Amino acid sequence: MRNIFPILTVVGLLIVVWYGAAVALNAQWARDVAARADKTLTFSELVADTWSQDKPKLPAPHQVGAELWETTVMKKVTSKRSLVYHTWVTFSATFLGFVMGTALGTLLAVGIVFNRTMDMSMMPWVIASQTIPILAIAPMIIVVLNAVGLSGLLPKAIISMYLSFFPVVVGMVKGLRSPDQMQLDQMRTWHASGWQTFWKLRLPSSMPYFFTSLKVGVAASLVGAIVGEMPTGAVAGLGARLLAGSYYGQTVQIWSALLMAAALAAVMVGLIGLIQRVTLKRMGMA
Amino acid sequence: MSWVLFAIVAWLVGLSINVWLARQKPSRWAALASPIVFGLTLIAVWEGVVRGFDINQVLLPAPSVIAARFATSLDILWVDFVQTVIKGALSGYIIGCGAAFLTALAIDRFPFLQRGLLPVGNFVAALPIIGMAPIMVMWFGFGWQSKAAIVVVMVFFPMLVNTVQGLQASDSMQRDLMRTYAAGYWRTLLKLRLPAAMPFVFNGLKIGTTLALIGAIVAEFFGSPVLGMGFRISTSVGQLALDLVWAEIVVAAIAGSAFYGIMALVEGRVTFWHPSQRS
Repeated sequence: MRNIFPILTVVGLLIVVWYGAAVALNAQWARDVAARADKTLTFSELVADTWSQDKPKLPAPHQVGAELWETTVMKKVTSKRSLVYHTWVTFSATFLGFVMGTALGTLLAVGIVFNRTMDMSMMPWVIASQTIPILAIAPMIIVVLNAVGLSGLLPKAIISMYLSFFPVVVGMVKGLRSPDQMQLDQMRTWHASGWQTFWKLRLPSSMPYFFTSLKVGVAASLVGAIVGEMPTGAVAGLGARLLAGSYYGQTVQIWSALLMAAALAAVMVGLIGLIQRVTLKRMGMA
Repeated sequence: MSWVLFAIVAWLVGLSINVWLARQKPSRWAALASPIVFGLTLIAVWEGVVRGFDINQVLLPAPSVIAARFATSLDILWVDFVQTVIKGALSGYIIGCGAAFLTALAIDRFPFLQRGLLPVGNFVAALPIIGMAPIMVMWFGFGWQSKAAIVVVMVFFPMLVNTVQGLQASDSMQRDLMRTYAAGYWRTLLKLRLPAAMPFVFNGLKIGTTLALIGAIVAEFFGSPVLGMGFRISTSVGQLALDLVWAEIVVAAIAGSAFYGIMALVEGRVTFWHPSQRS
């Protein structure tokens, strides 16, 4: 709780800076308009103008807030102009990709921990796979999958999966190997089989690592889904909103889509944190 | 049919070599050979499957086709590499990591900032910052400056969070010892806390390498001059020149791996004392 005051101060400061930057960035346009109308702006007029332009370089916070209110609360949820609808589209792709990525990552980690051949030959490639900027080739994947008739949710989910499986692999390999030699020896004195050691010792002790990986993975999934929405003229989703906003110079729309994406990420990470606390508590680990 | 057979044989050979390698006594040599064999097997199977099943070039070009295209378009690839990696990614990476490092020092000096800025920083680090790309293009124009700007924003927060965590890595015993030596803030920082922070700093630097490349390439989708890897990928996809796209992917993969590898190498030199560096 003692962090509340500093956080509020920092956030407050950020908003002040934001308003100031809006004046600085939009002033040129305001002056140009005024010059064409043969007027000179007083300082207060200038400020008022920079905070209320239609297509500002940087919209003021209250403009973004108004747009958010307009597109979330005032519109019907099913409407194509509702931001809730676009968020839902992005969320569904994110969620599917996240689930697939977590499953793939966990399976790979189990294989790597139990099979020396997989450990030696695949682990370096798992790492190398992440140096390929998948986000950069996401458009190609979408277009190619579209060409063979796969479109809609799945291609986006595949990109999300690719981005989210890596943190899970790395975290789970570490987690499954976290029981120390003493504990493993104890299992051996009990004559536990490999599977029993896995279910009763390795898996439970990997849980803290698992949840940490999930938090990273879900954020990565969202990035994948958003970028996956940009090519092929997708019409729905937060990524499509960003791209459309950038084409038509609708900065307020871009910023509101961005804030919505931020909120979505925060909610998802928060949810996983909640599940983590409940699970670890019931397992007697927190 | 013979190509399918080739793929199956290649897979079996690769697998058996790796199984054999895994049974050998662990050595540097085996640890290096194993992933190489896996990679070669993957390429051979890819080639065999694409040719054997006669998969459309648009869907997935064979490695040999990609290699041929790579060799003939070296000049294009080089121009794109300079534009995206050197100008966009690298300059943004240096500015972003440098700024984050200095900010981390400031945060560490003032506990108030630490309690206020760090949660915000942690929060921002988890956000889809890549979405800022269209805004950066609007502010800084189509050139490499806007790409560098998005890279700065992307690498800043992971670097910041890691460095701040690293600065707290030295334990109180060590700090007390420095105090008994009558060392001031700066001396303690230079001699004890910065060295102790290095494993974390390099963690941030390594995470940043891939982020920088991704940021620079993706930002080019929102507008770029007629060169750059992101530009080439998006236009070549439109022309269904998938071999050129894959050649760009190869360049990106090599650049990314090399960038990461260099960082890992420097890390090994700087933090040779850390337990994770012992083999």
